[in-house]
Amino acid sequence: MSARARLVMFLAAALSLGVLVLWAYGGLPDFGHYRGPYGDVLNAVSVPERNITDVVTAVNFDYRGFDTLGEEFILFAAVIGVAILLRAQRDEEQREASEFAFGRSAPRTSDAVRVVALSLAGPTVVTGLYIVAHGHLTPGGGFQGGVVLATALLLVYLAGEYSFLRRAAPLSLVEVCEAIGGGGFAVIGLAGLIAGAAYMENVLPLGQVGQLNSAGTVPLINLAVGLEVAAGFVLILVEFLEQTLMVRLKEPT
Amino acid sequence: MRSALQLVTLTLVAGGGLGVVLTRDPLRQAVVVSFFGMLLGILFFVFQAPDVALSEIVTGAVAAPLMILLALAKVRGGAE
Repeated sequence: MSARARLVMFLAAALSLGVLVLWAYGGLPDFGHYRGPYGDVLNAVSVPERNITDVVTAVNFDYRGFDTLGEEFILFAAVIGVAILLRAQRDEEQREASEFAFGRSAPRTSDAVRVVALSLAGPTVVTGLYIVAHGHLTPGGGFQGGVVLATALLLVYLAGEYSFLRRAAPLSLVEVCEAIGGGGFAVIGLAGLIAGAAYMENVLPLGQVGQLNSAGTVPLINLAVGLEVAAGFVLILVEFLEQTLMVRLKEPT
Repeated sequence: MRSALQLVTLTLVAGGGLGVVLTRDPLRQAVVVSFFGMLLGILFFVFQAPDVALSEIVTGAVAAPLMILLALAKVRGGAE
């Protein structure tokens, strides 16, 4: 097919797709004019029924909690997959590295990067914990807060403190946190069964609207998810860094 | 009914997306895609979805570019 014929075909396809997209766009409801029934029902019901002021969290960790359990285990499986994939290769590298026996040293970091990264690490931890703890009150929750927490350890690495990173988050501890976080969600769901209700039903006392210790099981689930996500990302981070550091060791030849 | 702020952020996101596509070097693309994730986060925030905005910022602006950078470091380190 010649270049000209391809161009004609592309233009014809792009034109018809463009017309269809514009047509579909014309049929969309206006911004803020929601047509489905569920959003309005949840907006009206979730604050008096569950004492949760963030309706998105109410859907994710209460009304649709079982669905989120599945989503969490998608991340869990992905992290395990990355860890297994990288670990098998690391053993091969380690054997080679021991043959060469170079000094283990991470690359030098400039002072400016060190100061910025280290001064940001503390506030990042606090922000992450805040987002995890206030998931049922304000936007955010375990997933977002967990990633922010993991970012704090990335900052420590960027500051060139890789040995501190390994001491602050040893792999065995991170793995245990990952397992507790992942399993904790499923176990909290069992509370519903023990209380004689359905699995994942919110059976704990709901407290006062707007208080930190309100909304029953939701803050606990957020905590478990935050732990799982933070540990998962740190695990991936450390596994990747081990790989690149190991490769760096070989470079001086 | 759309406000000027919404139009500005929509234009920024369109420009950012174009920027990601036009950047051909994967290493630079990781940085540009991080910036694009930030813009998308602002867009969601302007359209009154702060929960989605937070998720977009942590995945689009932090987690995904980080994974790309780490994978690039791994691939390039192995190739040299």
